[in-house]
Order: sequence, then C-alpha cells, then structure tokens
Amino acid sequence: MTAALEMRNITKRFPGVTALDDVTFTVKKGEVHALCGENGAGKSTLMKVLSGLHPYGSYDGQILINGEEKQFRQISDAEHAGVAIIYQELALVKDLSIGENLFLGKEPAKWGVINWEYVFRESERWLREVGLTDINPEQLTGTLGIGKQQQVEIAKALSKNANLLILDEPTAALTEQEVEILLQILQEFKRRGVTCIYISHKLNEVFAIADTVTVLRDGQTIGTYPIGEVTEDRVISLMVGRELKERFPRMPAKPGDVVLKVSDYSVMNPDRPGRKAIDNISFEVRKGEIFGIAGLMGAGRTELVMSLFGAYAGKAYGKVEIDGKPVKLRDTRTAIREGLALVSEDRKKYGLVLGMDIKSNVSMASLGGLSPGGIINHYMESSKGNEYMRTLRIKANNVETVTGTLSGGNQQKVVLGKWLMTNPKVLILDEPTRGIDVGAKFEIYNLMNELVGQGVAIIMISSEMPELLGMSHRVMVIAEGRQTGLFTAEEATQERIMAAATGGIRA
Amino acid sequence: MSVKHETIMEHASLKQRPNWFKFDARAYTMIGALMSIWILFSLLHERFLSATNLSNLFLQMSVTSILAIGMVLVIVAGQIDLSVGSLVGFMGGIAAMLNVWYDWSTVPVIIATLAAGAGIGFIQGWIIAYRAVPAFIVTLGGMLIFRGALFGTTGSVTIAPLSPPLKSIGQSYVADGIGWAFGIVGLAVAALLVLRKRRARARFGFEVEPLPLSLLRLCVTGVLIIGFVYLMNSYKGIPVPFVMVIVLALIFTFISRNTTFGRHVYAIGGNPEAARLSGINIKRRILLVFVLCNTLAAIAALVLTARLNAATMSAGQNYELDAIAACVIGGTSLMGGTGTIAGAIIGALVMGTLDNGMSLMNLESFWQYIVKGGILILAVYIDIYTRQKKKA
Repeated sequence: MTAALEMRNITKRFPGVTALDDVTFTVKKGEVHALCGENGAGKSTLMKVLSGLHPYGSYDGQILINGEEKQFRQISDAEHAGVAIIYQELALVKDLSIGENLFLGKEPAKWGVINWEYVFRESERWLREVGLTDINPEQLTGTLGIGKQQQVEIAKALSKNANLLILDEPTAALTEQEVEILLQILQEFKRRGVTCIYISHKLNEVFAIADTVTVLRDGQTIGTYPIGEVTEDRVISLMVGRELKERFPRMPAKPGDVVLKVSDYSVMNPDRPGRKAIDNISFEVRKGEIFGIAGLMGAGRTELVMSLFGAYAGKAYGKVEIDGKPVKLRDTRTAIREGLALVSEDRKKYGLVLGMDIKSNVSMASLGGLSPGGIINHYMESSKGNEYMRTLRIKANNVETVTGTLSGGNQQKVVLGKWLMTNPKVLILDEPTRGIDVGAKFEIYNLMNELVGQGVAIIMISSEMPELLGMSHRVMVIAEGRQTGLFTAEEATQERIMAAATGGIRA
Repeated sequence: MSVKHETIMEHASLKQRPNWFKFDARAYTMIGALMSIWILFSLLHERFLSATNLSNLFLQMSVTSILAIGMVLVIVAGQIDLSVGSLVGFMGGIAAMLNVWYDWSTVPVIIATLAAGAGIGFIQGWIIAYRAVPAFIVTLGGMLIFRGALFGTTGSVTIAPLSPPLKSIGQSYVADGIGWAFGIVGLAVAALLVLRKRRARARFGFEVEPLPLSLLRLCVTGVLIIGFVYLMNSYKGIPVPFVMVIVLALIFTFISRNTTFGRHVYAIGGNPEAARLSGINIKRRILLVFVLCNTLAAIAALVLTARLNAATMSAGQNYELDAIAACVIGGTSLMGGTGTIAGAIIGALVMGTLDNGMSLMNLESFWQYIVKGGILILAVYIDIYTRQKKKA
C-alpha cells in the first residue's frame, strides 16, 4: 500500500542554521500520525515545506503524495493536492459569517454575483461533518468559542477536499471539554479514512489519539514508532535525548538574600476574557543566582516576565516584593525604577530602535541621568556608549553606527548594554541567545556570570535545554500558565524538565 | 550575508578612513529639486530672481515654515495633524477680534493667542494620547471645528485693520545694519560650532571629516548667509517673519537633538514598543508634541494675520497640506522616526517657490492646486520607494 505522504531526505537551510537535516517522514493512509519534538526541533519548518510555504526549490528532498512526486510552489498547489493545515492561530475572519468564511476565496458566483443560498446550504452540510449540527452558518464567526471556531476551520479544510489534514498544536487554546470534542471528531475521521498529522506538545493527547508517532530533534528524524511500542517517558527521552557535550561556564551558586519574591501571581489573558495566561505562580529569586524558566512555546513564560515588567496588557493579581518591600509594577517606568530590566525575546520589535545609533539605544532607558535639566550631555552619552561598546565587545565602527546594520549578536549586546546602564537588581533575559552565533553566545554567558558575581539576580527564559541546564542554578517549569516543576541544578535533567513541560503537574 | 559581515569587520580595522563622498541621496535630491525649480522659474520669468520677488518669497514661505517646524515633530512621532490650517484661521480671527473689536494691545493679544493655541493642542493631544483616538480623526475633526469656530466667533466677517504694532509682526523688515550683524554673528557661531564638534568627535574616536571639507562647507554656508543678507538688504531688509522662522528653527533643532524630549519623540516614532519598554512615557510626549505644534500654529496665525492686516474667513485654508508636504519633501518619513527641521524648511521653500513662481507667471489657480497636489504625492512616493529599496 502506498503511503498517504512520504517526505524523503528533506533538508532545509536558513542563513546560519540547518533547520531540517535529511528528515524522512512517512504517513500511512487513514492514520493519525503524531509529530513530536521540542521547541525548534523542526516540526513547523517541516510542515511549512509540506504546505508550500517554503516553496519547491528552497529545500532539498522529495515530497510524495499517494506515491506521486509533488512540487509545491505555493500554498494553493498543496491545497490542490489535498493537503490542508490548521494553524494554532485561527485564520478565520471573525466579522464574516461562518458560511462566508467557509467559502472565502472560492465563492460560488455567476457574473461576480454570489449564490448565497448555495453557500449556506453547503456550509450546513460541512458543519454537520465536523459535528456542528446546531450552528447556523449565517452566524458571525466571532460569536463562536475558540473550540467551535476550530471545528469551522476543520470544516473549511474538508470542504477543499483535503485528504491530509495537519493540525498544528490544535489544543493549545482549548478547554478540556473542547479538547474532548476535537479528539472525538478525529476518531470519527479515522474511521472514515481521513489521514491526519497531529502536532502537539501534550503527550496525553498524542497517546489518546495517535496510531504512530514520529520524534524530531534538532532538525533530524529520531524515529517513527507505532504508539503501542512506546511510552510517554520513552517519547520524552527521545525528544530530549541529546548528549550534553557543550560545556557551559556556570559559576557555583552563591545565592544571597531574596531580591524578588512573587506570590500567588496570576495574569489574565487580554485576548480571551475570563482565561488566565498565568495561573497562581509563586517563586523567589536570590541575589547572585541564575533562575531559569523552562516551558514550551505558549506556556506563558514571556507573559509572566512581561507582566512583572509592567509591559503586558492582561490584568495581574498577586503579590510582588522587591528586597522585602511590596511593590506595584503598573508600568515599565515603575519596574525600571524598582530595579528590574527586561531583555525581550524579540530584540527588533521590543529592544532596539533600529534606525538609531548604538549610543542612543544604549542610553535610552537611562537618558534622564545623562541629561541635567532635560538637556542631553552628548559627551557623557558618547563616553557611556564607548564604555559599553568596549566592555560588551560590540563590533562596530563606533557608537554612531546605526543598530539596524549590526549582526544579531551585536544587536543583542546593545540591548544588554541598555539594561546594564540602568544598574538593575534583577535582570530578566528572555531567550537571550536566540539567533546569535556561538561566539557571541559564550560572551553573553560570561557576562551573565560576571553580573551574578556582582550580586545581580538573573531570570533566564530559554527554549534551549542545554543552555538552561548549563547556566541555571535553579529551573522553574511552566506549562499552560501553571508552575509544574522547580528543580535545583543538581536535580534538573532534560527528561524531568520535558516531562514537567509536556505532562502538566506530574513531576 | 557572510560577505557583508566581512566588510563590516574590515571597516572596523580600517577605522577612520575619511569619507569624502558620503552620499546623502535625500539631501542632494532635495537641494537638486529646489535648484531645478528655481532655474525653471528664472527662465520662465525674468523677475523671479529679483530682490523684490525673493524677499516676497521668503515672506510668503514663513507661515508654511513655522507650521512645518511643528509638523516635523508630529510626523516624526508617527502622528499627523490636519487641523493646523483651520487653526491658523481661527487663531488669526481671535487675535484680530481681541485687537480690533476689544482694543487689546499687542502683547496681551500675542499671549492670549499663544495660550489659546497651546490649550487647543493640549485638548487634541490629550484625546489622541490618553484616549487613543487616532490623530488622523481627531485633527480631521479639529479641521472642521476650528473653521466653524472661526465663522461663529467672527460672524463670518473680515476683521481689519489691525493696530500698527501688531501689524508690524508680519510687515516690517530688519534694518540693514542689524541684518548684517545677524549674518556675521551667525557665521561666527557656525564656525565655532564646527570647530567644537570636530574636536569633540576626535576626542571620542569618531570619524572626523577632512579639514578642507569642513572649511569648504563653512565657506558655502558663509556665501549663502552673506548673499542672503545682501539680497534682502538690497530691497527692504530681512523680513521679520523670516527672522522668526530662523529663530524658531534653531530652537526646535536644539529641542529635537539635545533634549530628552526630542530624543524620546524620535524613539517613539522609530519603534514605539521599544520606547515603551525602555520606560519612556509615550502618552505625555505625544501630548507635548501636539501642544508645541498647535502653539506654533498660533504663531503662524499671528504672522499671517499681521501680514494680511486682516483676519479673513479663508485664512489658512489647506495650509496643513503645505506643511505636511514641506516635511515630506524635506525628508521626514510618514512612517515616523526620521526627519529634520532644516529639511522641512527647505521643503517649505520648495512649496513657497511653487506658489510664488506660479502666481508670478499668472498661472490660473486651478493649476496651482493640481501641481501642489501632484508634488505632495510624488514626495511621499519617493519616500516609500527609497525605503523599500533600502530594505531590499
């Protein structure tokens, strides 16, 4: 029997990184095939190759659908071949009716006039297919809950004659009942012979629904297993089972007094009223310690630190103390004044003004101190800029170099310089080494050590397990907004962290 | 990618190689455009380059220039102000009313008008910054409201004539001697600043342009200043409104370059998220930007009303577009984050030249609208186009 999908020897390179390295992935007809891996293992890239988002020619390797080789140059090519992806973020127009969404871009029309009767009649049929029997297709899509919207999205995919359905983290935003319903629908599809690829961090779902599981790690296929032959623990160890051969310059912990104490901290999700992005988290960070935060994409790590920094839209509840004194961090100004600094995960969006030069970016959060009477002392600013350029070893002509022209590592150092200049008590680093080269990475690690030696407390969010294990003195794990584990450096292993990050409260 | 990286490294090692041909395409395009328009008009009309006409030109462009100075800050902050034209009309009406109907003397009239402008800026800025209503809508509404307020408060009649001292704001000229003094002091200060900057840059290890280039630049500046004073003096002297333009331009250049407020405005326009996360109080800065812009509109209103010696119902109509065009022609990006006061003044000179030249040639007014509209679109097109090219 020919496979529904065969991806042979797929290699995809981005400047500086190989995202997929000779990946082979075979999906049998009519099965639910789970695709598992850590953040950055290559799952999304593989699906982008499959859906035509990375067009034919931008990767090496072959794609066969039902035994026939395909060359997808754009998304519509893949759709024609029956491949449909349902993304985490739903791609529905909330202000249009369900029927309009289902037929968006392929409206049945004569002389440009849409046959609405047909649209709504057909819509009803497709909605029934996904178990939405009591929904009027003339209703606005935005009035449905997220779970039902996702069902609409699946109906839309089916209406395009999809016979290979890819669900990318479909349950990330769903409630438990909604997950139940989704899994039932997938069971029904399986009976009818629709092939599904199911990407999820949540291993309990994978084991509830999948027939086969393929594990990716660091852009390589680790293996494909019938679900009966593996256990959750086995899958976790396959996901993380790399040898830790890199050496990290971690200093022994010399933790001092508690500088930041967070108790019963909850943050509402601003996009989804009534839901929490962070649910009742408590932790404390000591002077001279690197406190790691682990978790999968969307677990709420960034939301937590952005909220502490006064930069998140969702309302926060709970207690925050700095040096034993309760503080209310309403906005970033207060947070900076209280001694917090945040190097965000997206330096281009949140860190730098790319059109401005190094010195202006470095001085941005502490310009007041260089400007007696509100007038900038340019000489002081330049010499401060020079100082940070030298100590952080930023490679550029001089401090007047526009930051947009720097490499990623040097840009990151500029952002670090900006926050070091505020003399923070707690330095929060959100994915501090994302997208920067190895040399710059180690410079940043050494700098972290130096700061910790000076008594600064560092909170580091990282998706890179080796870095997290190699640098942190303690690691907190977050899953779905809740704290699911707290380990000392000695206790922390890849398996334990991944189990806590995927399985919920278990570790 | 890697090639680019190498060149950066190479630059770092060969640091301070003098750069004679630092090509600022924008500045050259701008000056080139101005030159070609001037040459065109001087060919089309023999009186265009006469002292009388150029004096007139600088007088006429003053109002647009003052508005453009405020508009630069607004656009750099990523906002827009469509209300300044109507505001000029309204503020002019108030000044004339107080002066003609209620016999207020000049100084109280000026103070009251400026306060009214600042107050209106505060209200518009507050709605935009603190109530998150888009600036486009708030100031579009303001454009109608202020025009309506002008009709309502004045009863739709022209108010004239003003008292002589108030009139002199817009109609008098600086005496020859004082004009020369201005010119010479200006040149001396420019020379001093250039030298000081060179020394400071050398001290911080920055590229210092070759001395001859600095001197050449200074010479050109000197010729321009002396030529300008000579030309103006051969008619009636430097028009007072243009002196105001220069003073305001210097003040606002200082604000934009040397104050935390100015730096914050550029940061907000360049990347509002990064500015917010750096602890910059965005709302307060935006509010102040509108206060300044509308106060400048009040100054422009005083100049215009004084020059016309009357407050008319149509005063200031479409001036917002002239001001915005001046900014954009002068290199201010509508995306926010970049723009200079000096550029905007040159932009205002372009717009003023078009007005002046076309009137001189007795071109029908419909042509003037069409040409200016076309120039505005062209300027924005060039802005977008050069940005896209830079990205690619």
